[in-house]
Amino acid sequence: MSFDNAYEAINDGAGEDAHWAFGTGFDDPLAGVDRALPAGVPVAELTAYCLMLGDDALVLSQRLAEWCSRAPELEEDVALANIALDLLGQARLLLSRAGEVEGAGRDEDTLAYLRDEHEFRNVRLVEIDCGPGPGGDFASTIARLLVFSSWRLAVFSRLVESADPVLSAVAAKGVKELAYHRDHAAQWTLRLAGGTEYSRERMVAGLARVWPLVGELFDPHPVELALPGVAVDPSLLRPEVDQVLDTVFGAAGLHRPEIAPLSPVAGRTGRDGAHTEALGYLLAEMQYLARSLPGASW
Amino acid sequence: MVTARAVAEGVLDPELPVLTLAELGVLREVIESDDRVVVTITPTYSGCPAIEEMRRDLRTALTEAGYRDVEVRTVLAPAWTTDWISESGRRKLLEHGIAPPARVGPRPAGPVPLNLVPPPARVPCPRCGSAETTELSRFSATACKALRRCESCREPFEHVKEL
Repeated sequence: MSFDNAYEAINDGAGEDAHWAFGTGFDDPLAGVDRALPAGVPVAELTAYCLMLGDDALVLSQRLAEWCSRAPELEEDVALANIALDLLGQARLLLSRAGEVEGAGRDEDTLAYLRDEHEFRNVRLVEIDCGPGPGGDFASTIARLLVFSSWRLAVFSRLVESADPVLSAVAAKGVKELAYHRDHAAQWTLRLAGGTEYSRERMVAGLARVWPLVGELFDPHPVELALPGVAVDPSLLRPEVDQVLDTVFGAAGLHRPEIAPLSPVAGRTGRDGAHTEALGYLLAEMQYLARSLPGASW
Repeated sequence: MVTARAVAEGVLDPELPVLTLAELGVLREVIESDDRVVVTITPTYSGCPAIEEMRRDLRTALTEAGYRDVEVRTVLAPAWTTDWISESGRRKLLEHGIAPPARVGPRPAGPVPLNLVPPPARVPCPRCGSAETTELSRFSATACKALRRCESCREPFEHVKEL
């Protein structure tokens, strides 16, 4: 379908072409996908695991989208938006799967828009404010993307073998996307570290900003350990991810930061719903419209 | 009546409208029984926003061709690869100034190696054929394309990335 101008497209009232305030208005993203539940898999844990991986992607997608129109150059605007879109696509599939496995009638939109902070299962790394704006800068955004995509790529390259057909399919698709994201972040790390003295300072500070939250990525959670053959135990991935990061740091003349991990709160981290204050502000913005006008479309 | 397969194969990709969905390799299966049609497609990227347009365009085309009961399904596995773009698809891309992707073959199992200095991609200019081209940005107007420039004729052009 084509339109002569954007306004015509917006006002197109034809049938299912709803324009949405709440949710996507899209069909079920898992339509037609093999979704049989593997035998003997604990439902609560599989639901939680899909939420964990889905929330990581959703929250980082929102953070990256904040750079839209504010990146250092137009090409980077497009790049970060595209990476955010890939992650949003992964989030949609994983949240849909979580809702379906849970069987309580919650769909991807309900899970994205109507849960409160303590119900989100993402790692704290993805929620902290790395800019634009005073909370961070482009270098800290790149540092986070480098660490996160290296970690997630390691998870997904194993998740391809998952006994859950949806996780396996999402991972097979995601591996290719994440390899691109990691590559993009690595190239920027080299450019910033090898640029001017100032850009290098910012890159070093950016890594220091995100480093306290790196350890949490590799702490195995009871949910991951309760799903052998379905989930990936992240504690096994540390050597592989460290090797990737050390390769980038070596080429960039950077050192791996020696900064203590951020403590859990009463033994709980992001995976248990204990978040930094940044997540509340992020959700307030992300969920505002959907909560103000429940179910609205026009 | 035209077969459902022929109708579905004629539907154009919303983001690369020089190609049909069949040439792009996203059309997986068309099953026809009486006046019911089940079409299976696969997304190029997890977040591909065009997938809804594809579903709608398929439904519209098949409905207009007289099929009353049309279902469009999505499959994720096996994951789409640019290797599935057909020969005619590649030729059409080139004719429209878009460099087609090289063939990549199946992804080896196991960890994905980090390659900080990737071998220089040889992407000939779709306008003048020169091999002297440079990548300007890995992300172009859509997630599936990179932006390059020809150093001979100085024209920028898009390149469908290998995936």
